[in-house]
Amino acid sequence: MSVTMRFGPYGGRYVPETVIGALDELTEAYERYRDDPDFRSELGVLLGHYVGRPTPMYRARRLEEAWGIPGGLWFKREDLCHTGAHKINNALGQVLLAKRMGKERIIAETGAGQHGVATATASALVGLGCRVYMGRTDMQRQRLNVIRMRMLGAEVFPVDAGSGTLKDATSEAIRDWVTNVEHTHYIIGSAVGPAPYPEIVADFQSVIGIESREQMLTETGDLPGTVVACVGGGSNAIGIFRGFLDDADVRLVGVEAGGEGLSGKHGASLALGSPGVLHGSYSYLLQDPDGQVAEAHSVSAGLDYPGVGPEHSHLRDLGRVTYSNATDEDALSAFLECCRLEGIIPALETSHALSYVRDSAGDLTGPVLVCMSGRGDKDVDQAGEALGIDASA
Amino acid sequence: MPVPESGADRLAKVFADAGRPLFVPYVMGGYPTLEASARHAAILAEHADIIELGVPFSDPLADGPTIQAAGQLALDQGTRPSDVLAIAAGLKDGPPVVVMTYFNTVIAHGAAEFLGQAADAGVAGIIIPDLPVDEAGDIRDLARAAGVALIALAAPTTDDARMQAIGEQAEGFVYLVAVTGVTGGEMTMDDRLRALVDRARRHIPVPVVVGFGVRTPDQARQIGEIADGVVIASEIIRRIGDAPDPAAADAVVAEFGTGIAGALRA
Repeated sequence: MSVTMRFGPYGGRYVPETVIGALDELTEAYERYRDDPDFRSELGVLLGHYVGRPTPMYRARRLEEAWGIPGGLWFKREDLCHTGAHKINNALGQVLLAKRMGKERIIAETGAGQHGVATATASALVGLGCRVYMGRTDMQRQRLNVIRMRMLGAEVFPVDAGSGTLKDATSEAIRDWVTNVEHTHYIIGSAVGPAPYPEIVADFQSVIGIESREQMLTETGDLPGTVVACVGGGSNAIGIFRGFLDDADVRLVGVEAGGEGLSGKHGASLALGSPGVLHGSYSYLLQDPDGQVAEAHSVSAGLDYPGVGPEHSHLRDLGRVTYSNATDEDALSAFLECCRLEGIIPALETSHALSYVRDSAGDLTGPVLVCMSGRGDKDVDQAGEALGIDASA
Repeated sequence: MPVPESGADRLAKVFADAGRPLFVPYVMGGYPTLEASARHAAILAEHADIIELGVPFSDPLADGPTIQAAGQLALDQGTRPSDVLAIAAGLKDGPPVVVMTYFNTVIAHGAAEFLGQAADAGVAGIIIPDLPVDEAGDIRDLARAAGVALIALAAPTTDDARMQAIGEQAEGFVYLVAVTGVTGGEMTMDDRLRALVDRARRHIPVPVVVGFGVRTPDQARQIGEIADGVVIASEIIRRIGDAPDPAAADAVVAEFGTGIAGALRA
């Protein structure tokens, strides 16, 4: 059995020679342990008793009615995972791999901070030192997660390069890895980066799709007509899509950051980008004609990324997944509707998926399943300011 | 008209003729300005055996803070890859030029087009730090067709089997990274580095040039004792950055070039 290195023409390992040995080592470890009963059992126990899996499948009846969703609107509640988002599924899997590889130190990049918190959590659990690279801009807009990571014992390392967002944090984490590769494992948080990372992350996140498929069959007696997830690098999306890729009748939709609108600044790599190499893999990318990587923009730090995972690029070209986008403004209004009608504060990232569902309701085949990838506790400062909601009397 | 010599041939000739370790200084195209970088390259050409010319890139994964910041400044001033190739073209009468560029720059307009432009500018070789040997197949063929040597990199973490593979496909020379890390750190001459260079030379039939973390004439001389050449990059950028004005920067570059070249001739 071998690990997928490319998805169609996308993926590969475009990294400095220094880390090729570590990628080989990770590939071997993953091949050895992914079906190893001890590994699966240790991860399975943690997913059940620590993360809280399986996460619930919830029917959002009030939004369903308000938005006129045919056949019902369902949320896969990854927001109820320990640490508040799907990111913990991958962080735990990779930290257990790192331990088996004998690594002494964990590093990670983070945008919204959810992957950083998940990695800090998993590192604390197994007793490994952890440093998280985070753009300065993101540290300000996701302040609460910075504090959480520090409480969990991780070192949060600010990155000032570029726009101080996820792209810059990822570059800096890769540089650390190039330097400390012999004893450090780099836990990439999205389905991006050099092979074998996109496959490993997708595999650890595929639990979302596997559970969802079973739960929809149990709850509705049928598969969903449409599955919708937000896409930055694309880890929650690939996780839920993997449960349905072989079900040709299930329509899959990924929603990218439309930012200020596609004529302004945005993060819609699959809509407006072109293939190129960023962070070790060949995939769609926002870039100028000379190949300089563009700065993305999104109200949500987790979608503020100019690249996307290579499997999404392949699924786009195949036409198996449709990629759409939602603007900052539309995501914020969907965020508020979800708060008010369902009593669920969604992550701003997830709100992009909700916005798509609302704005395309008339064209959707139901039931509609949305990956509620994370909760919005981290976003209350930023969303409150944007929406004019504060704590003053 | 005679068939033009390939880049690999021109590089081989420099190594064969020198009879001593080569000095390979690095200039970032567009830093601190396009004109100044062209001037610095011309000054260094008087002391250097090969000039390494950097193309600034937005996300340089193999570079430490010094080269990153220099590249960002160059980009902020609008430096384009074609501007850097124009600097190379201006050096046609000097030592061979190798261009250091990240892979996305090479493929942005199509690799064949980029390599053709490089060849037209007289570029002898191309170093792509994020294109390991196993991903390089198509580019190697295109580079060979264009007469530009694709210079491979090897690192301390490269095992014997990969050293062998790198050696089998090597053209011009192999750039051996002295330290496990990004550019701009500090190398130390120790048994580990000696063993690394020794291992590389056993597996690699072309000359082995060592870089990353070399700062002083003394370090250059020590590297020269065991390798076929030495690359110095971040230290030159740092000294240019510390110079109070353009004239002082030119003088610093000339003085540094003289010092390193002298150490390697001694």
